[in-house]
Amino acid sequence: MTTTTVSFGERLRSGRRSSTASMVFTAVLWACMAIICAFLFFVLFTIIQQGVARLDGNLLDRQPSQIRPETAGVQSALFGTLWVIGLTAVIAVPLGIAAAVYLEEYADPKRWYNRLIELNIQNLAAVPTIIYGILVLAFVVRGPLSVGAVVLAGGVALALLILPVIIITTREALRAVPEEIRAGSLALGATPWQTTWKQVLPAAISGIATGTILSLSRAIGEAAPLILVGATTFITFNPDGVFSRYTTLPVQIYTLVPEDRDAYRDLAYATILLLIIVLLAMNAIAIWLRNRYQRRW
Amino acid sequence: MTIRQVKFARVAPVFVAAALALAGCGGSENAGTGTGESGGEQLSGPVVIDGSSTVKPLSATAGELFMEANRGVQVTVATSGTGGGFKKFCAGETDISNASRAITEAEKKLCADKGIKYTELQVANDALTVVVNKDNNWVDCLTVEQLKKIWEPNSKVKNWNEVDPKFPNEPMALYGAGSDSGTFDYFTSAINGKEGASRTDYNPTEDDNITVQGVSGSKGGLGYFGFSYFEENAGKLKALKVDGGKGCVEPSVKTAQDGTYTPLARPLFVYPSDAGLKKKQVEKFAEFYLEKNEEIVKTARFVPLTEEQKKKANEALAALKAQAGGK
Repeated sequence: MTTTTVSFGERLRSGRRSSTASMVFTAVLWACMAIICAFLFFVLFTIIQQGVARLDGNLLDRQPSQIRPETAGVQSALFGTLWVIGLTAVIAVPLGIAAAVYLEEYADPKRWYNRLIELNIQNLAAVPTIIYGILVLAFVVRGPLSVGAVVLAGGVALALLILPVIIITTREALRAVPEEIRAGSLALGATPWQTTWKQVLPAAISGIATGTILSLSRAIGEAAPLILVGATTFITFNPDGVFSRYTTLPVQIYTLVPEDRDAYRDLAYATILLLIIVLLAMNAIAIWLRNRYQRRW
Repeated sequence: MTIRQVKFARVAPVFVAAALALAGCGGSENAGTGTGESGGEQLSGPVVIDGSSTVKPLSATAGELFMEANRGVQVTVATSGTGGGFKKFCAGETDISNASRAITEAEKKLCADKGIKYTELQVANDALTVVVNKDNNWVDCLTVEQLKKIWEPNSKVKNWNEVDPKFPNEPMALYGAGSDSGTFDYFTSAINGKEGASRTDYNPTEDDNITVQGVSGSKGGLGYFGFSYFEENAGKLKALKVDGGKGCVEPSVKTAQDGTYTPLARPLFVYPSDAGLKKKQVEKFAEFYLEKNEEIVKTARFVPLTEEQKKKANEALAALKAQAGGK
């Protein structure tokens, strides 16, 4: 099935440019993009300029140090980040995909409770991140679970934070699977379970994976909720389980910046650079997954 | 229309492998640090500290030195602020609370309600220094009122003669701590009467070097930072005396220790709990904190304790240990 769609951009380019309004509008768009790029390059340039000197082996090899910031590293924060994000993925990905499959494939959208759930998920995606921190502080760190300020608390906070985003992106991906595939599968005698598991999910995998990884990338850079659940801690050992105390890279940056010696600031810049590298790597994986499994109908 | 079959399962192993690799790394790393040798008895376990961000460099330094000698111990120092630290401490969540002021009556009651017993150990003295340019020959001493006039929120003071008509018409260049720092909190509460209340049109910096450069580079410069930092740069700047109501007092180790340099000097405390000290590693850590106090205070750049203050802290610790051991 080949459709001859012409993109909006192509139409713009092929159209007549005589209209003044059109030229002004194009100029404004260019200006907007130039401003955004200028900010982005300025930030990147500053970080690289200040941080590249300390982006050395010590950064990964050593632990944070109060006494010797010149040779200190952020190993405990790097491992803390990996642990927290790993746990976040383990909690949020299956739950989020399952919830999206229910809402998209099984739920009857006319029922009032399904509509209520949908509305709430949309709202949850817009809740300030610190609220999730307060929630986890009240119910996981203290309160009924009382696990303390440990990796588990950080993982739960970030999982709650990205759950709505995973559900929404997964639903979009499922919706993009043509109805004919479901109808065909069911017509050949497959059960709804077989249709979902063997046809719909594999067909939607690139969208689901991309959305999931982008959500996890967002969670990796998050500091606000983790500050509340105990990550603002001077820690010189790596976590050894979900009940271990922890700190993460963004929180480490947050605690390094106000320190009074130059060496701390250099370390903070290097840590920012490290975080950006981790983020770029994750986004690269997302793009690769999308291209690898993408298909069109 | 053909569909290339892509099994969902083909991607799943990627996540599983990542999770396994993660678990593997973390575990082995920790095992590596846990097997370090230490002289004498092998201490292990956590020492959980929370509280003032001003005291954090002290406790983190102490923790780092302590862990060098006792590799099995895990000292963690969080910074919830003095008040936030006491809330956790009185809920039994921490072993030791850092405080940049003495415990308040309300906090005492909170701890008493939960049955948390503790003792107060002074571990250092903190002092701030107000500095001006070396060529500044018109001022040696400022009162707290004058400092407040300069630094209060919405202050319009731009020239030295606006502080006192006897001062020359010299533009003032202000350097101070950034709003994230304990120095800023302390200076604003001591001078302006409210923590965090400050004029905002000055050069805020977390880096004291910038204050040194700024004030030494401008004749009308005025700035403030920790006393120990002034000591390191004493040749480049001039420290002002401060009149807190009882005459001008110059900042020095002595005036900071004996409490006459008010309001810009204060004691810093840690509060170990009775329950915490029952754990061997916490007890040894508290002892270490006082034994190596001089080294810790010097490394973290605070003003050391006097002999008398040291003696008092040691006695308080001994009393609490006796109490903890007696039960």
